[in-house]
Amino acid sequence: MTVPERPLVATGSQTVGPFFHFGLTTNAPLGSLVRQDTPGERIRLQVRVLDGDGAPVPDAMVELYQADASGAYPPPGGLLPDGFGGFGRLPTGEDGTCVFETIRPGRVPDPRGGLQAAHINVCLFMRGLLRHIYTRIYFAGDPALAEDAVLALVPEDRRPTLTAKRAEASGSWLFDIRLQGSHETVFLDL
Amino acid sequence: MSSHTGGVAAPTGMVVHGARSQPPLLYPPYTSTIRRAPSRPLIRIPETFRDLSAPLYGSLPIGDADHDLTRQHAGEPLGERIIVAGQVLDEDGRPVPNTLIEIWQANAAGRYVHAKDDHPAPLDPNFTGAGRIVTDREGRYRFTTIKPGAYPWRNHHNAWRPAHIHFSIFGTSFASRLVTQMYFPGDPLFPQDPIMQSIPDEAARQRLVSVFDFDLTEPIWALGYRFDIVLRGRASTPFEERT
Repeated sequence: MTVPERPLVATGSQTVGPFFHFGLTTNAPLGSLVRQDTPGERIRLQVRVLDGDGAPVPDAMVELYQADASGAYPPPGGLLPDGFGGFGRLPTGEDGTCVFETIRPGRVPDPRGGLQAAHINVCLFMRGLLRHIYTRIYFAGDPALAEDAVLALVPEDRRPTLTAKRAEASGSWLFDIRLQGSHETVFLDL
Repeated sequence: MSSHTGGVAAPTGMVVHGARSQPPLLYPPYTSTIRRAPSRPLIRIPETFRDLSAPLYGSLPIGDADHDLTRQHAGEPLGERIIVAGQVLDEDGRPVPNTLIEIWQANAAGRYVHAKDDHPAPLDPNFTGAGRIVTDREGRYRFTTIKPGAYPWRNHHNAWRPAHIHFSIFGTSFASRLVTQMYFPGDPLFPQDPIMQSIPDEAARQRLVSVFDFDLTEPIWALGYRFDIVLRGRASTPFEERT
């Protein structure tokens, strides 16, 4: 393969470790991506992280990045005119979960001229991950899943690992990240 | 795609740029990777889908004391006062201005302000160990802090982490996100530390070690260490080909 030669080599990644909270997650408002007046369908999104034994991971950090309800990302280094920044960050608790308040994102263009299915980008950090890993949260039942160009790269039997499911009782969207095992979540190489 | 082999079989006479500069996901000497590293190959997203700008981290103002960890409390922390400064660049050598850097570290005794840190070393009421700064127009940053202590952990018998400062940086794209650790020159704990040793390439490993710098050192005040950081640029080699 051809890789363009570049003058510098990226700095190596190292684990976030177990003690990041006082440095990275003291800003509790980052659990909510919305303001009172943010347009769009409000959702409560519960992310749960499970290790290779199926045990909850109590010391992970989950970062989200998403478009607004119209399918727009904020401009580089800024916010959309309505104040939407699309970024969230929370640590998991003892039960391996964290809960974000956000909106269901709109569809963003794909580079081939179509539209991607609505999704939220995820960046995951934890002790035991020497470098962060990326995944995407899609929404179960969305008819656009069938035409999403990124999902099309994923073997069909693994695609359900990328969809959040709606809990009947609470109305929350639930997304499990399984680090290993037969239902291991699909992780993306950006 | 070779996800866990720890090396890249480049065609003869050709070296994949940046190969072996990133740690593999599974690195058994660091035992926490064993049940937490994804076991299946990552799915590579075409370059055109990676071109997503980095988010702006919240909108919290950065306080005056956020880059000076020795001035966040009523008194001065114990320990060796140091200046840690450097430049954030991308792989093409372009400065990365206006990007958030967050750091966190143990105190001089090797103890974190964290409920789960049970190392029997004292906390310092005058030191929290967390800082933040936004890089200037030339991608430069500068913190004042104290040199963190080494500390024991339970990864293997008599395991000790070399003194380090954690860094978190956003950069210009969603793919340029970096969390890493900065070490101090000449630390005898390097060879037994599986976290540092997880980086396969020796030169890449050494770039995690800050450089003592007399030009940064302030007379009768603080020793200076330089730590430059290179973030992945756009259209970079995916991670899997670097491990």
